[in-house]
Amino acid sequence: MNGRLSFLSRRRLAGSRNSSRKFIALSLLPAVLLVAVFTYYPFGRGIVMAFQNYTLFDLTNVRFIGFDNFKGIFNDPKFLDALTNSAYWVFLSLIFQFVIGLAIALMLNKRFRGRGLFQGFVFYPWALSGFLIGLIWKWLFNSQIGVINDLLLRTGLIDERIGFLSDPQWAMFSVIVANVWYGIAFFAIMLLAALQSVPSELYEAGSMDGAGGIRKLFNITLPYIMPTVLTTTLLRAIWIFNDPAIIYGLTNGGPAGKTHILSSLMLDRIMYGGDYGAASAIGLVMIGLLLLYTIFYLTVTKAGKLGDF
Amino acid sequence: MKRYSLRGLKVVSLAVYFALMVFPLLWIAITSLKPQKDIFTYPIRYWPETLTWQNYADIIRVSKFQIYIANSLLVALTAALIVAVISVLSAYVMARFSFRGHGQVMLGFFLTQMLPGFISLGPLYMMMTSLDLVNTRFSLILMYTVGLIPFSTILLKGFFERIPKSLEEAAMIDGCSRLSALVRVILPVMMNGITATFIFAFVQNWNELFMAVMFIDNEALKTLPVAMNSFVMKFDIDWGAMSAGTMMSVIPTVVLFAIAQRYIVEGLTQGAVKG
Repeated sequence: MNGRLSFLSRRRLAGSRNSSRKFIALSLLPAVLLVAVFTYYPFGRGIVMAFQNYTLFDLTNVRFIGFDNFKGIFNDPKFLDALTNSAYWVFLSLIFQFVIGLAIALMLNKRFRGRGLFQGFVFYPWALSGFLIGLIWKWLFNSQIGVINDLLLRTGLIDERIGFLSDPQWAMFSVIVANVWYGIAFFAIMLLAALQSVPSELYEAGSMDGAGGIRKLFNITLPYIMPTVLTTTLLRAIWIFNDPAIIYGLTNGGPAGKTHILSSLMLDRIMYGGDYGAASAIGLVMIGLLLLYTIFYLTVTKAGKLGDF
Repeated sequence: MKRYSLRGLKVVSLAVYFALMVFPLLWIAITSLKPQKDIFTYPIRYWPETLTWQNYADIIRVSKFQIYIANSLLVALTAALIVAVISVLSAYVMARFSFRGHGQVMLGFFLTQMLPGFISLGPLYMMMTSLDLVNTRFSLILMYTVGLIPFSTILLKGFFERIPKSLEEAAMIDGCSRLSALVRVILPVMMNGITATFIFAFVQNWNELFMAVMFIDNEALKTLPVAMNSFVMKFDIDWGAMSAGTMMSVIPTVVLFAIAQRYIVEGLTQGAVKG
């Protein structure tokens, strides 16, 4: 059929241009309208609020206050903590998720008996919510009867219990561990799919040139899957940066605000403070950082190499 | 010799990884089946002497878990269905036609995945208040639908692009309208993609917490995550009940995900590795 349409039917397709314009408009309308009204409109409102005094408990006094919200958050030590925490949170989570995810993908690349079943068991964190993952790890990290403390004590790795969530020195480490646990599956799945698409001829050619396993990994495999690596790390970093759910479930920012990242602090200002103005100011700072990050990332990695995700 | 030890290393690594991934949820499952007193005994009992459904019975008796489950099901299923219908249409158009504004629409969808969405939470609450939708399940159905349209469109667009155009052209020459060609000829071919999108949407809706917490505080309308959230505040230390609640919240999605994993993975990855 392809390319062998009769003259008549071609004309028929062309003649329906008007009707297909109508079809395009009608099919897109629900999606575009809903997203415009319920995603972009409130988002725009939110950005405006960054420059307003807008608190839920003082709604009669909504007015523009210039940059006061920004002055407010930059004078708040919690915000400054959240800023540095966000950097640790994104960087460490991403590195460990990626490295472990890549290692798992490489090990799963060659087919073996039970591989499908294995994947069914290890990739399930994808189906959990960040909030529940936070709760699950809250129980594991419990300082009194938590199983992690118990195992460490039994194996003699520690002598006394660690307050994984109550000790400010440990709390950030703990939330990052939970986040790494959650995110490995994403990289393992994505990178495994990319690995499966590497043509086997490349490896055969490599073998003929006498390349060993490590050489093949660095000279053939990694360059071939580079577009996927760049796209997934870019997107994943942004999602990690934006997602407060694990922290909300695990520590809710505690102890004493020591584990807030920017997005969880923003959420906290909305849900508990009702201070939409301050929350929006934090959100605008986040957008600024995301923009800087994306531009920097695309420049350093030369955007052309990105796969079209 | 060297090859042999490399293989051993691989087996050990995968086993450790397996244990690390499975243990946390397994531990919640074990905790949920322990009698109250065993949960807090020290040294920790790794395998309980007696197993009991008491924690499940308690949480269902004390709270209205069956109502929360029903609410979650209703909201998650309805929104996932609507998302599937709307996104099939938008994805089909985005995959098959080029028109003025095509790039802008696509960018608009992409950006929703990158922006810190919680900026909208306050304004959305004000909107829902003025639309008189606070404390309605409809508000959640609406917002979950909206939230998943961009991602589902991007996902389904990839599936449509893999189906040859000639398929619906043939049907249209035979006299089908474009819509009936889509419904009768194309959709049956990409049932996998639609199923994957639907399940993905369902899981996301089932799990969503923050909007539900903002919009719903009526006991009879709460979804499971909202109930778990208030539960944490009320019974912070009752880990038997908390574990039972967690298990009831995750089992549906974990099972669904295990069943549909292959399709979801196929759907999510094929775009990424095309290049």
